[in-house]
Amino acid sequence: MNIRSQVSMVFHLDKCIGCHTCSIACKNVWTDRKGAEYMWWNNVETKPGTGYPTKWEDQEKYKGGWESNGNGKLDIKSTSKARIVPNIFHNPHMPSMDDYYEPWTYDYQNLFNAKEGPDQPTAEPISMIDGEKIDVQAGPNWDDDLGGSPIYAENDPNLEGLTEQQRLQLSSVERLVFFYLPRICNHCLNPCCVASCPSGALYKRGEDGIVLIDQQKCRAWRSCVAACPYKKTYFNWFTGKSEKCILCFPRLETGQAPACFHSCVGRIRYLGVLLYDADRLEEVAKLPDDQLVEGQRSLILDPHDSAVIAQAKKDGISDGVIESAQKSPVYRFVMEWKIALPPHVEYRTLPMLFYVPPMSPVQASKPEDTIHHETEDLFHDIDSSRVPMKFLANLFGAGHEGGVRYALAKQKAVRWHRRAETVGDISRDLADRILHEANCTREEADEIHKLTSLCTFEDRFVIPPMHREQAIEMMKEPHEHREETGFGFVGGPRRGL
Amino acid sequence: MNSHFLDQFLFVALPYVCLFTFFLMTIYRYRMQTFSYSSLSSQFIENKQHFWAVVPFHYGILVVTAGHLIAFLIPRTVLAWSSHPLRLYVLEISALIFGILTLIGLVGVVVRRFSNTKIRKVTTVTDWILFGMLLVQTISGIGVAIFYPWGSSWFATNLSPYLWSIFKLNPEIAYVAAMPHLVKLHIVLAFLTIGFFPFTRLVHLLVVPNPYLWRKPQVVRWYRRPKQM
Ligand code: SF4
Ligand code: SF4
Repeated sequence: MNIRSQVSMVFHLDKCIGCHTCSIACKNVWTDRKGAEYMWWNNVETKPGTGYPTKWEDQEKYKGGWESNGNGKLDIKSTSKARIVPNIFHNPHMPSMDDYYEPWTYDYQNLFNAKEGPDQPTAEPISMIDGEKIDVQAGPNWDDDLGGSPIYAENDPNLEGLTEQQRLQLSSVERLVFFYLPRICNHCLNPCCVASCPSGALYKRGEDGIVLIDQQKCRAWRSCVAACPYKKTYFNWFTGKSEKCILCFPRLETGQAPACFHSCVGRIRYLGVLLYDADRLEEVAKLPDDQLVEGQRSLILDPHDSAVIAQAKKDGISDGVIESAQKSPVYRFVMEWKIALPPHVEYRTLPMLFYVPPMSPVQASKPEDTIHHETEDLFHDIDSSRVPMKFLANLFGAGHEGGVRYALAKQKAVRWHRRAETVGDISRDLADRILHEANCTREEADEIHKLTSLCTFEDRFVIPPMHREQAIEMMKEPHEHREETGFGFVGGPRRGL
Repeated sequence: MNSHFLDQFLFVALPYVCLFTFFLMTIYRYRMQTFSYSSLSSQFIENKQHFWAVVPFHYGILVVTAGHLIAFLIPRTVLAWSSHPLRLYVLEISALIFGILTLIGLVGVVVRRFSNTKIRKVTTVTDWILFGMLLVQTISGIGVAIFYPWGSSWFATNLSPYLWSIFKLNPEIAYVAAMPHLVKLHIVLAFLTIGFFPFTRLVHLLVVPNPYLWRKPQVVRWYRRPKQM
């Protein structure tokens, strides 16, 4: 056993209101720069929909993630070692700007400088790359709320395996339904982006598992952009360097939540440490599709177990981090309650951002549009909810419904339990029966309820002490270090000639 | 006398200035502005023409450069190998083919960068100068291959000793003084390109990602490495 700690995340989709505050917070802090205008390290997409970049989940097209190479080993789908040499000049699976969108602004100067004439001057859209007028065709979130157009929803890769009727159920006008999927880098345990970099510029931080790109080492080979199945590394077209979500590590190191977490209006975001066994990563990443969700859970260790604590200490994890792992809200969602699931686990990068699948309205999918308060078929409405189970399973279970059904049933049971407690319109017996069938107890339901709807900042973000200053002190005299390091660049980074 | 002076300048002074600049500036730039070491790929902006320009160019120039390098390093072996006429033909023709491939790719690169307004935005003056130099260099190289054939042999007997004499700090320009003008142009431009190298995007050549092939797939960095590892 080789225990490491990972700063992990949970997004509670049932609470996301699709407001994009998170995306704006991130944009303002990190990507409001030349060459990065088109990047949305945090983006929010409407599901069903094609997302950003368009159809990123279609790995037939993008070849992201890992694949089995037949002799029990995993290979990078886009450019494995054997393929990197002939493909280094032109990466065959690299998305281009057309797959995202061309960033634009408006020609505001024209409002002031236009010659006098019969019409009001207008500020026409102009490209942020070459300054030419452009005919804007798409933007990063133009599929928002299905954007008034069926093409986005119909082309969602997750619709694979859904029957014609299920597809209709999603898109017929009066019954139309959607939910939001906010996305950031998953800071995976088996990151394809890191493994694919010819320069070795990408790395995972040993202490907290944050995946970063060393800007000094990146040489624009673009492999990571093609390799990440979630399309969460981006190519800066101006500096010739790839960039990605840094989980706001400068904020984390000073005890603050990342900007998107901090600003989240729906309070859907949770952050905490998980301890995992790094020796078993490869074995788990190779499991068959239907065992991946459970396999990934089996990597995560119980931070209350004394054997785990002893080993963690031996592996150099500080007491503060262990304590923080014990309080981790992520551990509760993922391991204790098992209602948070990794996205597209079939890409085999072992993502460490987990999603609580969303509940969706039920009634309109029933034949008669009456509301049954006390149906005895307790989980009927989960299977007949307007977002078909199969769709959620494609997103959060590699096509297998078990994990999603379990998570939805439990959420459902919590609601019935709370209704019995506070509204009182259903009987205690019935609520208990539902709880029992959803493998939940009253106490657990109350805790889920509390962490879901009554959570404070401190409940949601349990940020481990990162001890960066101590780490530096151990290696070097702090004053000496300060003299040498500065802000990391001499004279600031300059684009190459 | 006058032409002797010119030869002295072009084939003794200039090479040393260029080589000195090359070594000094690449190291300086690597140390002070590592960030600027990048291939500055434009594939992200335009993905289709890119293939037809960049791929032939790179394959062409890599093979041609490697050929020059081999003839420089092991002239005797090359001579021995091509003493057989058939082998000589194969060598000559493949060199020419890769030279033409380079030219096609290079023209593609220039046309692509010029015709696409977005890519023009990420193309600097340095790039245009470099493209001009490479263009002349490739054309003169193809010209040499056509008009002064059996280059693989006379390179080994004449140019290789000259180049070695430069590196041995005992330049002997007798070898090159008698060369035709086209060959001289090619040699001078080669040194100029080497001198210009550290100021251009060509530096990405020096950071070719070889360790990738044998490193472990995952990279982890620690601030403080746990004791037992
Ligand atoms: S989500 Fe993509 S960019 Fe982030 S760690 Fe995983 S593979 Fe890398
Ligand atoms: S800020 Fe929160 S609620 Fe709003 S879109 Fe982002 S994740 Fe959803």
